[in-house]
Amino acid sequence: MAVNTEKNSYTVIFAIGMVVIVGVILAGLFSWTKPMITQNEEIEKQQNILYAMGINENDESSAVFVSTEVASKEFASNIKEQMVITVDADGKMLKSQTRDEYMAENNNKEPYLIDIKKQKSNAKSGEPRQLPLFIGEKDGKKIYVAPIYGKGLWDAIWGYVAMDKDMVVQGAYFDHKGETPGLGANIKQRFFMDDFYGEHLLSDAGVFKGITVAKGNADPKNENKTDNEVDAIAGATITGDGVTAMIKSDLKLYVPYFKSLKK
Amino acid sequence: MGKDSRLILDPLADNNPITIQVLGICSALAITAELEASIVMSISVLFVLGVGNVVISLMRNIIPSKIRIIVQLIVVATLVIIVDLVLKAFAYELSKTLSVFVGLIITNCIIMGRFEAFALGNGPWRSFLDGIGNALGYGIILIIVGFFRELLGSGTLLGFPVLGDPIEKTGLYALGYENNGFMLLSPMALIVVGIIIWVQRTRNKALIED
Repeated sequence: MAVNTEKNSYTVIFAIGMVVIVGVILAGLFSWTKPMITQNEEIEKQQNILYAMGINENDESSAVFVSTEVASKEFASNIKEQMVITVDADGKMLKSQTRDEYMAENNNKEPYLIDIKKQKSNAKSGEPRQLPLFIGEKDGKKIYVAPIYGKGLWDAIWGYVAMDKDMVVQGAYFDHKGETPGLGANIKQRFFMDDFYGEHLLSDAGVFKGITVAKGNADPKNENKTDNEVDAIAGATITGDGVTAMIKSDLKLYVPYFKSLKK
Repeated sequence: MGKDSRLILDPLADNNPITIQVLGICSALAITAELEASIVMSISVLFVLGVGNVVISLMRNIIPSKIRIIVQLIVVATLVIIVDLVLKAFAYELSKTLSVFVGLIITNCIIMGRFEAFALGNGPWRSFLDGIGNALGYGIILIIVGFFRELLGSGTLLGFPVLGDPIEKTGLYALGYENNGFMLLSPMALIVVGIIIWVQRTRNKALIED
């Protein structure tokens, strides 16, 4: 039974059949795996936040999260509070809520699940923006972890920055969707992330300056912690600029909150 | 068997997909700044090309020739997405490592090239061998390029410092050696591939076209 595969009608039927079969397979697989993938992503967010505040299982050279089994438990015991700060489009602080206050409102989910990308686009269209801030304690010191989100060379980059009350970085975690392996993708490597530890986000006069990922940095060992600079990755200029930009734009919004702590 | 083993061995040298057919250059320059990324990409392509060739070969008698390229594209994209979803659900950490390679695999012209040139005209077993052979031939070049780019560009291999510490000035760096940052940029991948092509054609004159 030879089929004439050259006929137009056969081609159309084949194309339709193929699309239907592939569509059904992919849609089925997607809805079957979705709950598991969502759960994995939530655990990953918890691991990222814990990593930034220094709770991880790093060995000598590579970045290792706390294991997925204990992540939720560690998160619950180490993150004492999840604040949600609401700012208007100009960055003026409107209100700050605790986790319980926030979740009581409109059946909101946990603050750590707030979609930073969506909040950013809210701000662009002039609406208020919600900023989550995770507060924990390490070695007797209060640590504040804030999420950041931006654009690399190919796709999204994001991260979490842990700070003390003076906005001195206590740890950072960066991740990316599709930066070039071996170049931009190295923002999630220890040698890059560790450099941020101890860096000041404010100038000596207390003005927000952020941290610049600087090319041709005169301080490759990163001993000067008040220069607001870390050493860039060779061959990853645009990804590095993206990191600089997201630190500047997103952490700046938290400055009024940190100022209010001082009062 | 002699004929079958040629399917594996030919692409390793005299019919190498990168150096002779000059396919897959795009990924060869994109991800070879580090040896580890080269190895991961090679293994991923080995899997996708092996399975993809078998699937296309099984379908070869029913695919309408007018839309065969689209069908091939759908097959490879579906395979990659299935693997990606399953990994995300059951091996999340691994999927994070591989996620950046997904786009590069779908658009890898070696995969389309082997579907078109081999799997459409041969049985599943021979297509499987052809897929494995070509993926190995591709992988070897990727690993050679990755080896030199990481060694000369960063002074490390698989992230392990083999030449000493450039900041503390130990090992070779104490003698005034400097990493060549140029090696990390994509054009150097093409120059390294060019050198491999030169060496290969000097050793085997039959490969030189008029």
